[in-house]
Amino acid sequence: MNDFVPQIVAFYCSNCASAAADVAEGLKKELPNNIKIINVPCTGRIEILHLLKAFEKGADGVYVAGCQEDSCRYTSGIIKAKKRVEYVKKLLEELEIEPQRIEVFSMSASRGQEFADTGAKMIERIRSLGPSPART
Amino acid sequence: MIVAEQKPIKEVWEMVKDYEKVLVIGCKGCVTVCNVGGAKEVGVLASLLRIAANKNGKTMEVGEATLERQCDPEYIEEVRDIIGEYDAVVSIACGVGPQFLSERYPQSRIFPGLNTKFMGGAIEHGVWSERCAGCGTCVVHYFGGLCPIARCSKSLLNGPCGGSSGGKCEISKEVDCIWDLIVRKLMEQGRLDELRQFRPPKDWTTARDGGPRTMIREELVK
Repeated sequence: MNDFVPQIVAFYCSNCASAAADVAEGLKKELPNNIKIINVPCTGRIEILHLLKAFEKGADGVYVAGCQEDSCRYTSGIIKAKKRVEYVKKLLEELEIEPQRIEVFSMSASRGQEFADTGAKMIERIRSLGPSPART
Repeated sequence: MIVAEQKPIKEVWEMVKDYEKVLVIGCKGCVTVCNVGGAKEVGVLASLLRIAANKNGKTMEVGEATLERQCDPEYIEEVRDIIGEYDAVVSIACGVGPQFLSERYPQSRIFPGLNTKFMGGAIEHGVWSERCAGCGTCVVHYFGGLCPIARCSKSLLNGPCGGSSGGKCEISKEVDCIWDLIVRKLMEQGRLDELRQFRPPKDWTTARDGGPRTMIREELVK
């Protein structure tokens, strides 16, 4: 049995994903503690370096959860975040690290179940990939 | 500004993978403006090298520095006290930077982290376009403020050529025929007849054709 517990860093938009987290909490569907959550005012603030630092410091997977594209609190934050995640995927590929280790999701404030499912989906994905080859 | 792009990280890694202490040096000039060689990008490249080192089981300490400019000796001096601590240096300035560093610090192993592309400007956020070929004798005023040397694929001074079609250059449908734009602009301004004026052949000795160039301003030389 695979007893690997992936270490995951999740960047959460405080306008939608974090609100979804509150709903999930109400539904008693909290995330496991191997997902470290970093709340940001807007996913558009997440720089490429923030995403890379997580991998540099030993994360096995990283994901960004932000608004829907058509209802972003700051208009285009999630679009910027998606482009940056896509860029980091390319960088990981160049380093021969699986690009699936990073992902971006659009959420809504009311969807507590989706919030919990996203975390579970990432854990499962990273578990199947195994530990990050960049882990020290 | 001078526009450059990041070399593939794999290429940079191949350059420095056998060194244990690597210093990444950025530049606050043109390459900061085109988002490829400033303090932010120094951080990104340093992080990528650390990730690559971890992945490949290598021990690598990566230092970071960003100079005011890498094209002025006084700023190259800023790393005087630390550069000797590193086995290798990656300069993410334009092609001038690694050369100025190599000349000032002959004992150091200097590598270029960027590919320098052209002199140009941002036509929208994230998109840069070539505008100047540095020919040494500017003549854009003859052509409605548009440079056929930098922007015509053949650098024609008497275009358009037969490869111009629908306002586009024959090399690509993405490339405007600058001669089409020049003619249209001069027609709009009622100055098309200016193109008929006889002008002697351009002196290309001021361009790269005259060999490497040096410019001296006696009033500034100490």
